Amino acid sequence: MLYREAGDYKTSYTDDAQTFPIKLDRWWYYAVVFVAFCIVPFVLTDYTVNAIMLPFLIFAIAALGLNILTGYCGQVSLGTGGFMAVGAYATYKLMTAFPDLNIFFIVILSGLITAIVGVLFGLPSLRIKGFYLAVATLAAQFFLVWLFNKVPWFYNNSASGQISAPERTIFGQAVTGPNAEPWVAYLFCLIFVFTLAWLTRNLTRGRIGRSWMAIRDMDIAAEIIGVNPLRTKLSAFAVSSFFIGISGSLFFAVYLGAAEVGEAFGIQKSFLVLFMVIIGGLGSIFGAFAGAAFMVLLPVFLKIFFVDTLGWPTDIAAHINFLIAGGLIVFFLIVEPHGLAALWRTVKEKLRLWPFPH
Amino acid sequence: MPIWLLNTLEVSINGLMTGVLYSLVALGFVLIFKSSGVFNYAQGVMALFAAQSLVGIQTGQVPFAHLINAITGLHVSRFGFDVPSILAIILTTLVMVVFAWVVVRVIMVRLVNQEPIILFMATIGLAYFMEGFGDLMWGAELKSLDVGLPSGGSFWIEDVTAQWAREGETYWGMYVDTLDIWATVIAVFLVAGLTIFAQYTKAGTAMRAVADDHQAALSVGISLNRIWIMVWSIAGFVALVAGIMWGAKSGVQFSLSLIALKALPVLMLGGFTSIPGAIVGGLIIGMGEKLFEFAIGAPFLGGATENWFAYVLALLFLVFRPQGLFGDKIIERV
Repeated sequence: MLYREAGDYKTSYTDDAQTFPIKLDRWWYYAVVFVAFCIVPFVLTDYTVNAIMLPFLIFAIAALGLNILTGYCGQVSLGTGGFMAVGAYATYKLMTAFPDLNIFFIVILSGLITAIVGVLFGLPSLRIKGFYLAVATLAAQFFLVWLFNKVPWFYNNSASGQISAPERTIFGQAVTGPNAEPWVAYLFCLIFVFTLAWLTRNLTRGRIGRSWMAIRDMDIAAEIIGVNPLRTKLSAFAVSSFFIGISGSLFFAVYLGAAEVGEAFGIQKSFLVLFMVIIGGLGSIFGAFAGAAFMVLLPVFLKIFFVDTLGWPTDIAAHINFLIAGGLIVFFLIVEPHGLAALWRTVKEKLRLWPFPH
Repeated sequence: MPIWLLNTLEVSINGLMTGVLYSLVALGFVLIFKSSGVFNYAQGVMALFAAQSLVGIQTGQVPFAHLINAITGLHVSRFGFDVPSILAIILTTLVMVVFAWVVVRVIMVRLVNQEPIILFMATIGLAYFMEGFGDLMWGAELKSLDVGLPSGGSFWIEDVTAQWAREGETYWGMYVDTLDIWATVIAVFLVAGLTIFAQYTKAGTAMRAVADDHQAALSVGISLNRIWIMVWSIAGFVALVAGIMWGAKSGVQFSLSLIALKALPVLMLGGFTSIPGAIVGGLIIGMGEKLFEFAIGAPFLGGATENWFAYVLALLFLVFRPQGLFGDKIIERV
């Protein structure tokens, strides 16, 4: 009743193949984009941007990237934190080496550099599969973090070993550095999120995306019907690392401003992004956003509830945060192993028939 | 013997001792993976939780003291009595058995037949849960664990080895921690005990049957649930032993749970399904990373190579032998 395809006639193949074939979905999507671009920037406060919006957008990019690799191509990776670090350090080096280069291109270039690193660490995936591969990607995680810690060239020999982003502007507005307005930072990230989500959607329903899914479902069978595993797996690693590199770059330059590699890009980040992908739903773009929103909002809500409302000490709140986050993850996996995206599909199916379910 | 050789020998011996601890954690992984196909990331946190519980019981801490204080405004912390080590170890083992029962009943039974990655994720969720739970129950501060095992350098070894150096060179003897020696002895007994249990008891035979083939085991009347609870309990006990060793060495704290991450390359090297593989893999990784740090890492690469050496070694090794040293050969059919 509320959500139906009846009466929505299509007269051309282009209509039929569009991303949102159902009218309601389409309008819903336009509305979300409109609100995100034209309304949210005017109502933002410092707190909402720094605590919710920026982490959500940046982790959504990382989750999209990991979803391409794990959800669409079936290669489990625990090296997300390491690849984000590559994006961040590439941004730092480019920012300091070419002060005149626009920050927009710096972010893209950092993504490309991360893509190259990702392909290098993706090479073993041609031999190693499943959990063995997941553990193998831990090598990337620990090696990269160690590298950025030990080689002073990466942090320009700064005494603290930290990297910090200098101020860069677009159209006269500061995007990075301490003087950046919250709405500028928000819009800058949003443009990346929007473009990359659009890119993911169109990649995954084309030839490349289908070959990724073939490899995911059964690599040997895919190989037999003529999918080249080398090209497919490495392209998945490249695209995924490109996304993750961009998210690492934004995480450092726009969100943190200054970062220390072990703390900002440790193994915890890898698990966090993997959780987002799993809780959101493997192989779903909506899922990447839902998972990112869930994992970003959960600690914020728990903190508001336990510390601000009940007045408990922060360390107890932190323990309970772990406890509830872990419990919820297990709960979600038991109730719906295919994540929030599958829950959303069920809801839509219910809405289609509502209020006459038979 | 020349001094460099003695130093190398000392580093190797200490590496082997660390390797024993890696093996212990890896052993818990293998047990659960073989019997239920679950890749149990929570093994490290189980060791942490077991060690925390042991210290808590030993010193008579009130469980959830901080939480009770926060809610009621009381100031409770200890019951005021100490529990002897042996009794505390038995009680902690019971705690781990209860924990195993809850995990199997609440989580594993409901996730039967899910994809391995989902099960893996569930154990990561479990790890987070237990980390929060353990800290909430016993407090997150660094605790020292003492069950009466001797520790400190062994003077006997130091004196004996000091004479091995060539005439005219000053050499002070090797430093080998007594605790490490004890850990090795206990680990050997533990592995021997487990092997005897698996080979010669009825429950052990059932366990091997489940590891071999779930359906066949079910069809001859073996209860999967019971075996899983048993295996998780054994893994909990192994975690307790690892927790005692590691905790006595460097205190009971959060970083203890990270040994699970170190056990992963051990598993890759040895194969996920092989108990001897876990042990040999642990020894190779323990010795390899110490020797690499000693010979190449510290002098040329700026140190701290132990963080990644194990993973890179396992990665390179896997490229040539994807199923690990002793793992089952991977056969794929379309």
